[in-house]
Amino acid sequence: MNSRLASAIAGAALSALCAVSAQAKAPVDPDPKALHTEKLRDLFFGEALFNAHQDKYFDAITELDTELKQFRLLDDPELDPFSLHFGQAEFAVGDLELSYRMHRDAGRAMEQVLKGNVPQPIKNEAAFRLAKIHYHKQQFADALHALELIEGRVPERVRADEQFLRARVYMQLGRFEEAVALLKDLKGEKSLAGFVEYNLGIALLKAGDTEKGVLELDGLGRNAGGTDAMGALQDKTNLLLGFQLMESKDYERARTYFDRVQLSGPFSNQALLGAGWVEANAGRYDRALVPWQLLTERQPTNASVQEAMLAVPLAYGKLDVHSTAAVNYGHALDLFGAQVDVLTQSIHSIREGKLLEALRRKEASQVKNWVVELRKLPDAPETHYLLDLMASNDYQEFLRNYQDLNDLLERNNDWLQSLDSFEEIIALRRGYYEPILPGLDVQFRQVDARIKMRMEQRQHLAARIENLLINRRPELLAKSDETESRLMLQRIREILAYNPSLNSEETEARIARLEGVLKFRLSREFDERLTEAYKHLQELDTVVATLQETYQRYVRSRQAATHSYEGYTDQIASLRGGLHRAQDRIDQLMARQGRMLEQLAINELDQRRAQLESYQIKARFALADSYDRANELQEQRADARKVEQYQQQVEQLKQSAPAESERKPSEPVANPDGEPLPTDNPPELEAPEHDMEPAGDE
Amino acid sequence: MYRILMATALLMLAVVSEAQEASQVSREEIRGLDEQIQDVKKDVISLTSELNRLEEKLLFPSNTQVALFVSLPDSSEFSLESIEVKLDSQIVAHHLYTYREIEALQQGGVQRIHTANVQTGAHPLEVTYFGKSKSGKEYRATASYSVDKAVGPKFVEIQIAGNQSAINFKDW
Repeated sequence: MNSRLASAIAGAALSALCAVSAQAKAPVDPDPKALHTEKLRDLFFGEALFNAHQDKYFDAITELDTELKQFRLLDDPELDPFSLHFGQAEFAVGDLELSYRMHRDAGRAMEQVLKGNVPQPIKNEAAFRLAKIHYHKQQFADALHALELIEGRVPERVRADEQFLRARVYMQLGRFEEAVALLKDLKGEKSLAGFVEYNLGIALLKAGDTEKGVLELDGLGRNAGGTDAMGALQDKTNLLLGFQLMESKDYERARTYFDRVQLSGPFSNQALLGAGWVEANAGRYDRALVPWQLLTERQPTNASVQEAMLAVPLAYGKLDVHSTAAVNYGHALDLFGAQVDVLTQSIHSIREGKLLEALRRKEASQVKNWVVELRKLPDAPETHYLLDLMASNDYQEFLRNYQDLNDLLERNNDWLQSLDSFEEIIALRRGYYEPILPGLDVQFRQVDARIKMRMEQRQHLAARIENLLINRRPELLAKSDETESRLMLQRIREILAYNPSLNSEETEARIARLEGVLKFRLSREFDERLTEAYKHLQELDTVVATLQETYQRYVRSRQAATHSYEGYTDQIASLRGGLHRAQDRIDQLMARQGRMLEQLAINELDQRRAQLESYQIKARFALADSYDRANELQEQRADARKVEQYQQQVEQLKQSAPAESERKPSEPVANPDGEPLPTDNPPELEAPEHDMEPAGDE
Repeated sequence: MYRILMATALLMLAVVSEAQEASQVSREEIRGLDEQIQDVKKDVISLTSELNRLEEKLLFPSNTQVALFVSLPDSSEFSLESIEVKLDSQIVAHHLYTYREIEALQQGGVQRIHTANVQTGAHPLEVTYFGKSKSGKEYRATASYSVDKAVGPKFVEIQIAGNQSAINFKDW
């Protein structure tokens, strides 16, 4: 029975190991092309990269999305520096959507690229990404279909990844021979070191080529590499091999692989348990006790540890040390009882919403392994039991979705508050500008009229200067005193003409001389004055430009003032409505996703509790059995001791027979202590009654 | 008796496991929920994009907007610890960098460190940074620049060339 139990456990462990992680996934590298740029041509693209490289996918997608939308609206997009990143940005959005678990949109984007009129290398890249999306969503036939869309040579940069993905897809579809062929080609690829060998080993095993598969995995199990991840892969390989060989009853080889697993690694518990079963299956229970005893001192929530709590007394029982077995069964029962209580409390705690409450906390997205840490919170569930569940892809996806939804909820709440603030700002601006704008407009119109007048004057002067270049009229450039003198001379001439008696030759000569002097000066200085006038006109232009600038600034400020509070009402109302609708949907989805998370956790805990309860039942029976056997053995030993004592006494009697023969036959025989020896047989040595009875009848 | 008890125990276990299967979440349900979550994400991205534009238009209109960006060109050997930015002789930004931010900058990301409203004309900008090389050598530098604000929005990139203890400015 025990060997069957051990085989069943080994088989279950092996199948679990294969089912959960039949394939080792290579570490996911950020795509070097989509999120890397040699020379940045647009600051906003750079800002999106800054967020993307910090895994702030929502912000990065929003920024790139905004840029792409604005870019598509441009009349001359080629003048925008973003045009140099446009293609890259479209791919980057797809990648970021994928990282943000928006597979459907990312898939659609890739399908658009595949349908579009783009060069084959770009189509190939899109097909590869689409295949990755389908693979991630466990749609393996679709993934293969996408990979088959790749035509011609795949870019060197993604060639290995594409082959590796194809091999894993083949494995998922049960086409192991094809996977083996691809993986053999990939051996030696540095970026996939270890992962290729692991998958190749599995594919060979699944393809029925057990010896080659074991050989391949054996190589990886000896030395996978120096990093922690590679160490874990090495342990996983050795564990897999151990269970594989144990299932095929090759216990000696299986033990070697279990021994190779590190004692402190994540697979050490399973390895210790497996090592014990190997020895137990071979009938060496004393040696099986070594790893099992070690295991019982570890974290009591671990399934292997709990199993070891039963395995240790089983081994003692096999070694006929039933009392120790009984004591150990007692310990196991205590532990199982305590753990069943812990599990029951954890299930209550989850039902009360403590798990979701903890997952909503900020630390959940900021602290690594928060799920492991959350048990430190008061009333939080015991998450040691949930580690395997939480490490699964589905649960991780649910968890991230739940956290994403919570993040969206908080962001939207912030925006709703911001909208309130925006409305307050708008109201303040309206309250400030609306009373002063009419007065300002009056002033503006006065300034505007003055500017227009000055502009007209300037145009008049410019025209005059232009005219002077053609028609030389020096008097037009006379200064005010010269003009005054000229006008005075004109008036003198008019007076003299009206009253000729006042005129004389001398007067005439003096007037003519003065006129001559004036005319001469104006003529002589004409060019100089014209140049001066031109310069003044240019200076006037500067003044006019300043006036115009002031005018424009006023117009802009006036518009800005108006725009700062007008035209937002509808937009804000529409956005607020959108946010509220989104919040309602997020609330519902969070509740559903949360229920799913809780349900899966409760199922897991229930399962573990049921397992422990079954262990309790087994332990109770085994404990009773051990007591019986211990008692039986104790009685047998006591009987044996008494028989031995009796034999010794008989011997002593025989030795002293000659002396006794001298005594009277009626005198009782004394024991060494001086007490009389019983005349009848001791009761334990009496023949069973049913043996005696027939004799009596006879 | 032992057999009867074992049979009862196994029956109980079978009942428990059946109950668990009944409460398992179906694959279809998972897919349906996942798609709805993707839809809501898409809608919120679209809303946020519009809200960002509204915020920018409302708080930082293009005729007064000045945005300052920080970049680390060719700086894999240098990690930026902190930066202080003064605009018009006022400290407008002081930032301590996290490891992830430094990595993001080193991979070509650009950080928008400050957005402000200023009038047209010249505005003095003073930037001080502190950083370390891989070997632990400390670098710090201060540099000044004049931000000439015209009618349109103004974007200035502050390039930290840590190993040369230099800061370069670029108008966009």
